[in-house]
Amino acid sequence: MRPFEYFRPRALPEAARLGGAGASYIAGGTALLDLMKDHVEQPERLIDLGGIGFRGIDETAKGGLRLGALTRLEDVLQSPAVAARCPVLVEALRETASVQLRHMGTVAGNLLQRTRCPYFRDPAFACNKRAPGSGCAALGGDSRRHAVLGTSPHCIAVHPSDPAVALVACDAGVDLFGGDGETLLPLRELYRTPGDAPQRETGLAADEIVTAVIVPPLPAGARSAYVKARERAAFDFALASAAVVLEMADGAVASVRIALGGVATVPWRAEAAEAALTGRPLTRETIAEAAARAVEGAQPTDGNAYKIDLARAVVTRALHRAGGLA
Amino acid sequence: MDPIDDIPPVPDDAVVPGAPEVPPQSERPDITLRVNGEDRSLSLDPRRTLLDVLRDDFGLTGAKRGCDHGACGACTVLLDGRPVYACLTLAVMHDGSEVTTVEGLGEGLGGDGELDAMQRAFIDHDALQCGFCTPGQILTAITCVETGAAADDAEARAYMSGTLCRCGAYRNIAAAIAAVDRGDYL
Repeated sequence: MRPFEYFRPRALPEAARLGGAGASYIAGGTALLDLMKDHVEQPERLIDLGGIGFRGIDETAKGGLRLGALTRLEDVLQSPAVAARCPVLVEALRETASVQLRHMGTVAGNLLQRTRCPYFRDPAFACNKRAPGSGCAALGGDSRRHAVLGTSPHCIAVHPSDPAVALVACDAGVDLFGGDGETLLPLRELYRTPGDAPQRETGLAADEIVTAVIVPPLPAGARSAYVKARERAAFDFALASAAVVLEMADGAVASVRIALGGVATVPWRAEAAEAALTGRPLTRETIAEAAARAVEGAQPTDGNAYKIDLARAVVTRALHRAGGLA
Repeated sequence: MDPIDDIPPVPDDAVVPGAPEVPPQSERPDITLRVNGEDRSLSLDPRRTLLDVLRDDFGLTGAKRGCDHGACGACTVLLDGRPVYACLTLAVMHDGSEVTTVEGLGEGLGGDGELDAMQRAFIDHDALQCGFCTPGQILTAITCVETGAAADDAEARAYMSGTLCRCGAYRNIAAAIAAVDRGDYL
């Protein structure tokens, strides 16, 4: 690990002032320290947010949730309030990392973690995300675990978070503290597909800090499901996952939100699939159509075309489960 | 012109954008950890992980450096009662925290007294072969029982999945946990 100066500010304005070029914020640190050990991240200033203390889970008046950015993932997983108001997040967290990582990792840290692409994580390889302009070793390399949606000729790395997929399906937002004061941003707008600048994964400015995740109330009677496919039964990243939040009325889909993980460069909202279901009954046929629409526009490599089938399968299972057809 | 001459001189009072106005902690911050019930202080390079400090400064070699990347679980300790990977957190971030390592279980380091229930269960159930992962397994297993995860076999196995055993003693580890959970070691 390269040397750095260590800061532990006591207030947000001070923490924001410390940000900028050469600085990294650290929350739980389970993702960042791993990258620092491998010289992928080399901050000159490490700003520990643990002294500020935006932890805790609050129930909002209208039936939603406010999760402090530094709340430990395990505390969210074990929270009765989250189980009651956002069960799909609990399902996703149950399949996130290991208990040890969930006890150290935080809500915002998980959402902002960097890709697990092995070429990004090894400075010996070309990677436009780590070293802009150096190329992409995954294209033409081993791309079995890479993305089929939201890719560009410069990067096909997957966003690895499970909770982000559940939260995007819940239409969650993030509270940001920065130069312009406090702002609320929809979570899906936080993320950027790689385009020609894969090094920019989010729209966050260097001195902006996520202070909370806001989960709006789910529609009354909404049902949800999170389905994750992975290589081993526990403690592994998704090859494909799907989160579904479904509201039925009079035998038809009143509203549905579907998000995909493990197959895209950002937590992916499958809006074409949602449109295919809305206003129609939930049957094997409509579900199959929606699952096919969910992967519309997919661009596989030689190594990862299986992910198109796998994504369709997890969407199908999640819809069956949420709809009580399983 | 030599390109180097293009760079304007930096005035003495220049403010570098993004540069801190708040001073950092000293180059070797002082921290105090309560380790196995005893306060221990040191001044350290902020790069040192909790695992580095436990093993190299405090001589507590129970927590093992396996992968050093948070994938194997051999370094698991209890930090304020939570099972965590000691290799993946900086010691400087935990000033004032309480740490329990395998040496702090039962009647403690160097004592001839009784082992912790989980340690006895591991011995009785042959829940180890080479022993390298065992301190991490035992500490994780203790919280597996404490949290109630041990009551269900599938849940217990998922709970223990972040602590690998390359000898493959999993069946016997699961049996030891189930025995403690049943109350065989009260």
